[in-house]
Amino acid sequence: MRSRTILIGVLAAALLAGPMLATGWAQPKEVFIPLLVYRTGAYAPSGIPIANGFVDYFTLLNERDGGINGVKVTWEECETQYDTKQGVECYERLKGKGPTGAVLVNPYSTGITYQLIPKAAVDKVVIFSMGYGMTAAADGRWFPWVFSFPTTYWSQASAVVKYIGQQEGGLDKLKGKKIVHIFHNSPYGKEANPTLETLARQLGFELTLLAVDHPGQEQKSTWLQIRRINPDWIFMSGWGVMNQVAVKEAAAIGFKMDHFIGNWWSANDSDVVAAGDGAKGYKGATFHAPGTGFKVHQELVKNVYDKGKGAGKKEDMGAPLYNRGIVNAMLAAEGIRTAMTKYGNKALTGEQVRWGFENLNLTEQRLDQIGMKGFTHPIKVTCEDHEGNGPVLIQQWDGKKWNIVSDWITPMRDVVRPAIEAAAVQEGQKLSYTKRDCSKEK
Amino acid sequence: MIYREAGQFKMTYASDQAIFPIVQDRWLVAIGIVAAFVVPPLVANEYWLQAVLIPFLVYALAAIGLNLLTGYAGQLSLGTGGFMAVGGYAAFKLTMAFPWLDIIVVFLLSGVIAAGVGLVFGIPSLRIKGFYLAVATLAAQFFLVWLFNKVPWFVNYASSGTITAPNRAVAGLMVTGPNATAQTRYVVALALVAVFALVAKNLVRGRVGRSWMAIRDRDIAAEIIGVRPLQTKLLAFGISSFYCGVAGAELVFLYLGSAETLAFDITLSFLVLFMVIIGGLGSVLGSFLGAGFIVLVPIFLTNVPHLIGLPLPVALQKQMELMVFGGLIIFFLIVEPLGLARLWQITKEKLRLWPFPH
Amino acid sequence: MSNILYGVFLAPFKDMAGSPAFLAEVLIGGIFAGLLYSLVALGFVLIFKASGVFNFAQGVMVLFAALTLVGLMERGVPVPAALLLTAAVMLALAFVIERVVLRPLVNQPYIILFMATIGLNFFLEGFGEMLWGANVKKLDVGIPDRSFIVAGVQINQLELFAAVTAAILVAVLAVFFQRTRIGRALRAVADDHEAALSIGIPLKTIWVIVWAVAGGVALVAGIMWGAKSGVQFSLSLIALKALPVLILGGFTSIPGAVVGGLIVGVGEKLGEVYWGPLVGGAIENWFAYVVALAFLLVRPQGLFGEKIIERV
Repeated sequence: MRSRTILIGVLAAALLAGPMLATGWAQPKEVFIPLLVYRTGAYAPSGIPIANGFVDYFTLLNERDGGINGVKVTWEECETQYDTKQGVECYERLKGKGPTGAVLVNPYSTGITYQLIPKAAVDKVVIFSMGYGMTAAADGRWFPWVFSFPTTYWSQASAVVKYIGQQEGGLDKLKGKKIVHIFHNSPYGKEANPTLETLARQLGFELTLLAVDHPGQEQKSTWLQIRRINPDWIFMSGWGVMNQVAVKEAAAIGFKMDHFIGNWWSANDSDVVAAGDGAKGYKGATFHAPGTGFKVHQELVKNVYDKGKGAGKKEDMGAPLYNRGIVNAMLAAEGIRTAMTKYGNKALTGEQVRWGFENLNLTEQRLDQIGMKGFTHPIKVTCEDHEGNGPVLIQQWDGKKWNIVSDWITPMRDVVRPAIEAAAVQEGQKLSYTKRDCSKEK
Repeated sequence: MIYREAGQFKMTYASDQAIFPIVQDRWLVAIGIVAAFVVPPLVANEYWLQAVLIPFLVYALAAIGLNLLTGYAGQLSLGTGGFMAVGGYAAFKLTMAFPWLDIIVVFLLSGVIAAGVGLVFGIPSLRIKGFYLAVATLAAQFFLVWLFNKVPWFVNYASSGTITAPNRAVAGLMVTGPNATAQTRYVVALALVAVFALVAKNLVRGRVGRSWMAIRDRDIAAEIIGVRPLQTKLLAFGISSFYCGVAGAELVFLYLGSAETLAFDITLSFLVLFMVIIGGLGSVLGSFLGAGFIVLVPIFLTNVPHLIGLPLPVALQKQMELMVFGGLIIFFLIVEPLGLARLWQITKEKLRLWPFPH
Repeated sequence: MSNILYGVFLAPFKDMAGSPAFLAEVLIGGIFAGLLYSLVALGFVLIFKASGVFNFAQGVMVLFAALTLVGLMERGVPVPAALLLTAAVMLALAFVIERVVLRPLVNQPYIILFMATIGLNFFLEGFGEMLWGANVKKLDVGIPDRSFIVAGVQINQLELFAAVTAAILVAVLAVFFQRTRIGRALRAVADDHEAALSIGIPLKTIWVIVWAVAGGVALVAGIMWGAKSGVQFSLSLIALKALPVLILGGFTSIPGAVVGGLIVGVGEKLGEVYWGPLVGGAIENWFAYVVALAFLLVRPQGLFGEKIIERV
């Protein structure tokens, strides 16, 4: 009975204390960015390097330059475990922090992005879903608050087909070739399907779509079907453990690994380590270079890691997803910097940052200045185009590290853009949005 | 002293069989409901409403539904997520096809559709029992989620493959969609939960509830005294799925705003089952307590390091949260295996005597 | 209509007959996968048999064991020592579980014990990750993941090895339960633990042994599955693949777990490869449950489960 009494007391106390909120702190010259991360759970192997890259780049900005044009970047991590409901909780908790509230959010999950798209427009927070999320939102006329530059899943699919064409000696040579798309059986995984189907019709290749159910530890039947189809190329939109198992199964059935291309969420170090030597030759799409051979990495070592402020281990730098975190942080920072050219070097609001994102013009010189020449491609965002039609690279695993094996491949805009505009009408109307007139934007 | 039933005489059968036979209970519940309608919308900020209270209400409704099936009728089910998905997708299809239909009616209709699906998947319960049945209902869970994921008709052929709550108003007030305020959503969710909790409470003390409990306690004996297992079990599946269906529609329309099938996956089924067990099997109050425990404790644990000024890395914090949460579950079960509802009863017993226990 | 009927009832069989080598490959793939499922299901069966607990945490135990092993190996512990140490950790875990979770909950309804293992599941999830981190870790069992071809049928060495290991383990366990003193005591406890107590069988010891053996089985399952996908958090999710095996075979039967594994493994592969394309694929997950459900409707206690005797 005693313990019950204590228990009741504890319960009552816990309920009264409740989930209290840490109150925001008010400092004038700051810009606050909530970081939705997943460092635990089934997807942590992908989530950790992204989060580290992010945090390291912001630390670099603060340490080296004292922030963005002197305005300090502050952030708070919130663990989502890649779970939509936890992601929404994180967003609601963090959106009011900082002197002007959260200015932008990187949901880092397609599911969370979909949750936040209707909310963020009301809260005036920019959603920056870099290379994921709702493809239709790349039409900025319908979705002013959502940015997905430098590129989208549909552009990626078209670029990969273009690459396959290059390897086969021209797009016309694709006629009669067999291409298999293995995809995670979720809205994310299915993203590339319509683009691939359109291209299959246009170019005459034989497309087979094979779904792998979540989580994808057991893919024997998928790979048995691949054995039978005996495709010329495999493209994969995988996620989590599905990637590791797929790479391993491909190696086990002796598939030509250099004809197996993962999308940019399926080609990280963690996706290939489990397969060991078998993964040699496996390719992946990306929109930035892997490795640590860039000036920004030296700066990171000097200003962040050597001061003991690194988020991860120094030897883990350069993994594709770590670099993606850097690129994402850099694009966010450059968007804010663009906004500052108009609104001044102060704590900006979400609305001001949105203008900055919409008018971002990242040039070759600017990339050179921030130590990222060749690391990623210049990009120009406009009111109509929140994707920027950024080009795609193909990287290849050599057993120890990823190497770039292609030139920048420009996606087939003529195929992708009409589809995006059609989808934007559909998705925008669902949310009762209206199309804005871009010629009237300042 | 305060909580005392001495002097309250029951003069009629009706008053003896009231839901809350004690005057103080009636007052407490009445005040509680009024407070729940008035206080949070005035006091709570958007975070509290949107991330804590609305999910709590939605889960509580689902937990009542599962409790009717598992706690009262004794049929263990792990298909809750699937039935909630039916509700969510049905509500989406209905409101898209008939935009003039009142959204509350849409919720109720999607509950009816979920009930129909629940009936079908309840049929094996006539032959299969206990954990065997639980795993068999997983077939429903996996199949339904697969179906909604696979057939584009369910999402109106949207390229995104997700369903989104459109703007819908009740009596001129926006209830769902991005422009609905958290306050309105909260009040709607609360009203639905309050009504359905009352219905459940009445259901379980009537003939239906008694036949459920008879089946739960010893099905063969129940059959011998004239309870028909077929009708009784299927009714339990149907009504439980109705509750889950409405909860699923609320999950999409009031809480998340948009959803893909991942929102209804197997973890949701487990989550609702945890609520029912932790709260107390066979107790409507327990469903609320269980939902409160599962929703509030993790959020509370997440915020503890902030409160005491101990900034832990998020990963470590989450891991410790899981450990403490797991530890708490075991601790609670050891201290009170019959669930939080039983704790509440014990508290009531003590209150009766307080402050003179002897 | 006739098209659908043809697609469902004729085309798949014509397809099978048309290419027997491929059919053999599908069957072998199913058998291998099935044995790996039974390996996980075995852990459930052992614990359910002896203590009547449906151990929700079995999946996490697989993860925890594999994580511990790989974590130790990464820190330079030689393989045999790491294996022994991991086994010791699983034994210690069994002790703690018996002492902290099971003993205070003796004689509680089965659903309460089930819930307690869910608590255990959360705890181990957090604890394992805190100790060893969340990254994917490579686990090399020394068998190259390559295939060879026998009579036109491709066979994967690693899977063959895993299947053989699983088969050996099952055989050893069966002998252990049928022939040894402890095994007999275990079966006595499973039959009626009060009667077992009264003739002097130490219940607590038996429970520790059973949980430790289940921990050992989890370790083997963790090694085999970890070799396929790398050791990572997702390993804990394979429990979901073991559940249909479990109900199909019966909660209390070791041979049931094996036969159930084979039926589910072969069934889901055949279903996915030959019937899956009709509806767009990825049907494996629910197909396994439907196969199990079909069997259950005929035998509600699973294929090898103890006959449920109903009394008023």
